[in-house]
Amino acid sequence: MVKSLNSDLMAEYKRPQSEEEFQQNFKQKKPLMNQTEAFVESSRCLFCYDAPCVKACPTHIDIPLFIKQIHTGNTTGAAETIYDSNWMGNACGKVCPTQVLCEGACVHNHAHVKPIEIGRLQNYATRQVIDQEKKLFQKGAPNGKKVAIIGAGPAGISCACELSVLGYEVTIFEAHERPSGLTVYGTAPYKITNEEALSEIEYLQQQLDFQVKYNSAITTREQLQNIESQYDAVFIGVGIGPTASLNVKGEDVKGVTGAVEFIRELRFKKHGMQVPNRVVVLGGGNTAMDAASESARMGAEQVYLAYRRSKEEMGGYSFEYDLALSAGVQGIFNASPREILEQDGYVAGVEFVKTVSQNGRLTEVPDSEFVIECDLVIKATGQAKMAGFLELIPGLTLDASRRIVVNAQTYQTGNPRYFAGGDAVNGGAEVVNGAYEGKMAAQGIHQFFTSHLSPLTSHHG
Amino acid sequence: MADLSINFAGIKAPNPFWLASAPPTNSGYQIMKAFDAGWGGAVWKTMGVPIINVSSRYGGLNYRDTRMSGFNNIELISDRTLADNLKEIEEVKKYFPNHAVIASLMVESRKEWEQIIRDVENAGADGIELNFGCPHGMCERGMGSAVGQEPEVLETIVGWVMAAAKVPVITKLTPNISNIEDPGLAAVKGGTDAISLINTIKSIMGIDLDTFAPYPTVDGKGTNGGYCGPAVKPIAMNMVRQLAQHPDISGTPISAIGGIETWRDVVEYILLGATSVQVCTAAMHYGFGIVREMDRGLRRFMDERGFQTIYDFAGKALPNIVEWKELNMSYKVVASINPAKCIGCQLCYIACEDGAHQAISVSADPANRIPSIIEENCVGCNLCSLVCPVEACITMEKQPMKVAPVTWEQLTEAGNIPTTFNDPRAGGNGHHVPEPGSALKKGGR
Repeated sequence: MVKSLNSDLMAEYKRPQSEEEFQQNFKQKKPLMNQTEAFVESSRCLFCYDAPCVKACPTHIDIPLFIKQIHTGNTTGAAETIYDSNWMGNACGKVCPTQVLCEGACVHNHAHVKPIEIGRLQNYATRQVIDQEKKLFQKGAPNGKKVAIIGAGPAGISCACELSVLGYEVTIFEAHERPSGLTVYGTAPYKITNEEALSEIEYLQQQLDFQVKYNSAITTREQLQNIESQYDAVFIGVGIGPTASLNVKGEDVKGVTGAVEFIRELRFKKHGMQVPNRVVVLGGGNTAMDAASESARMGAEQVYLAYRRSKEEMGGYSFEYDLALSAGVQGIFNASPREILEQDGYVAGVEFVKTVSQNGRLTEVPDSEFVIECDLVIKATGQAKMAGFLELIPGLTLDASRRIVVNAQTYQTGNPRYFAGGDAVNGGAEVVNGAYEGKMAAQGIHQFFTSHLSPLTSHHG
Repeated sequence: MADLSINFAGIKAPNPFWLASAPPTNSGYQIMKAFDAGWGGAVWKTMGVPIINVSSRYGGLNYRDTRMSGFNNIELISDRTLADNLKEIEEVKKYFPNHAVIASLMVESRKEWEQIIRDVENAGADGIELNFGCPHGMCERGMGSAVGQEPEVLETIVGWVMAAAKVPVITKLTPNISNIEDPGLAAVKGGTDAISLINTIKSIMGIDLDTFAPYPTVDGKGTNGGYCGPAVKPIAMNMVRQLAQHPDISGTPISAIGGIETWRDVVEYILLGATSVQVCTAAMHYGFGIVREMDRGLRRFMDERGFQTIYDFAGKALPNIVEWKELNMSYKVVASINPAKCIGCQLCYIACEDGAHQAISVSADPANRIPSIIEENCVGCNLCSLVCPVEACITMEKQPMKVAPVTWEQLTEAGNIPTTFNDPRAGGNGHHVPEPGSALKKGGR
């Protein structure tokens, strides 16, 4: 059955040969609104009392207010309202799963009226101030305190912005050559472009003047000691690590990669990246959907998304799965990878065994092995935790899932001078969660220095 | 099948849909096009001594994404020569002998009135409309609303016109006056055959926030213009019904003007006693084709109710419009929210809470967004049902009357009304009002 489908298939997408063709294949899902679109869309907002969209937003942006501001021609004010709650206002407008957050909560849904396109309106307002370089923020008067931030992802950047406004001198240590973390490195290109993500951070940095040291991975106790001696507090925004091991035979052969690694390469090589014709993506989460969608959009003729459990048990959002299907991806469920097959040192296929999921328990069906031939295997089966790094910090408490335990209000860790937020704390969530936690941690740091409360250690989450 | 034809004070037309004297009736070309599209009559753009207009003439009032819910202009009467207009009137009448062509006129002296009336009659006009309403430009020169605002002058001029005219005369009134009955009565005393109203309302449409100049802006300056469009309809309707109810005016046919765009507007004005309607803004916004919706809607309305002609229902709303003191004070309605339709926006809650009588509560359970009516606090004001964005979700339910019907007039006669500042018979006495202090820290969202 499946293995006979390998030839004569027309791909949904042509292989992109140029930047233009790449942008065409990865057309933005939430394109920038023009003035008329924004005007008409903003006119539909009901200005609900105690609005459900605000409650559904992890950063509690005053959405009815900023929409009204857009409608009345106060777009700069709208951006101010957004940034007041969320330093990643533009990125969140583009990459947030708004269907399940603000737009999912829009009361229009209950009347079967299309919900307000809040994400696109948010992008409209924030993009305008970024492109016009409107000055909205000011660094606070220096209070003499220095904070080091490890990781320039959404949590780290948000924490830096908030601290900067509060008068702290902030330095971010970033392992890569660019900021933004998974906003660029881990997000599908049709959700946000590199330029968009990077320009927002540049916009913030220009006004708030925090320092970022790139290519500055912190990996040793000495480095940390150095930081501890120079800074009054440290915020850990390191996220989670590379794709976790699958522990099946053949995992190390050429042509097997992790989804995070695949997406990162794609984001920077774009049309220059070679994606072979036959791809198997392993996993059932949103990252798996992204990787499968992206492979198809890169012109792969046959892309299978194989998940070891049932369709209903997938962790990814159904709209993300639908998006993958629309790109030409085929879903295979209850198929557990047994072995990655190799030929001449290169991947040749994946052997699966069928499974049955019953009451959450997975059992393999005897003698049900089958093979899907392929040239690339993308593992989207979760990311490893940065446990090795975290063990370098004395006093840090990790939970059973290797997440950093923090105080739910202040984001302070077991080590009172260390605060943490983002994926390293929540185990891997959305950009918006990182943005919120980074901001809250900054306030926690400020509270730590301005009041003399002793650190608490209740678990966050 | 409904027969839409009318005989309006002797002016016959295939239907009551007329174009008002305004930019859409500036030329024979436009009027022929309009008749072709289905309009039954047209009041020619006001003729007189031709004027010179300024550039930048119209202003629009937008509400949210709705364009031109209000509209104004600072344009004057026709800037074309009388000869050109007369030639075109003649041509239009040749093509459309059964449609109503009414000449709107505005001149100063009796001699001019007599001259121009003769000219338009000779050209074939079916009637004359006297423009006593234009609130900008012309009034500064002693014409237009300058006449309409002086009942005695108005009566005199109507008298001149009636002595000279052979065709029916419609006197068009300005709303820029404290009581519309005064010019209405003056027109009737002057002998007018019919009345049309309202002309436009004096207005400033808006101010440019960069130049601090009003719209429309003419080289950095502006002036008050004449306001019309959907937004003025309620004001116009009240004036129409005032005249239609007045014992000395009610016998005079009324052509209604003011915010008419749909068949519903047409029916409402006819129910208030109008027997022809005039439209300008809707035609300026959507073109002459807008008439087909009015036409089909009016026909369906009449067919469904068995009305043969518009005279079968003209004025039918008038007996129901009474003075406040005649309203039944024992009548009571209470709001009711249909939970199956409610979408949980809670606009009714906050509107009642902040803008009315604190008669709606929201649940303490954040998962339950459906508000509840506190019936004992509800005064039946309708506000919640007005702000509700869902069709037929909040209804005002009639309550059984606890006491026999009684009006303010009867209460007054019976000596049963509050007469002193702290009279215990105050209507709000005993009605729940929260303590002022409990308002604090409730937030503004």
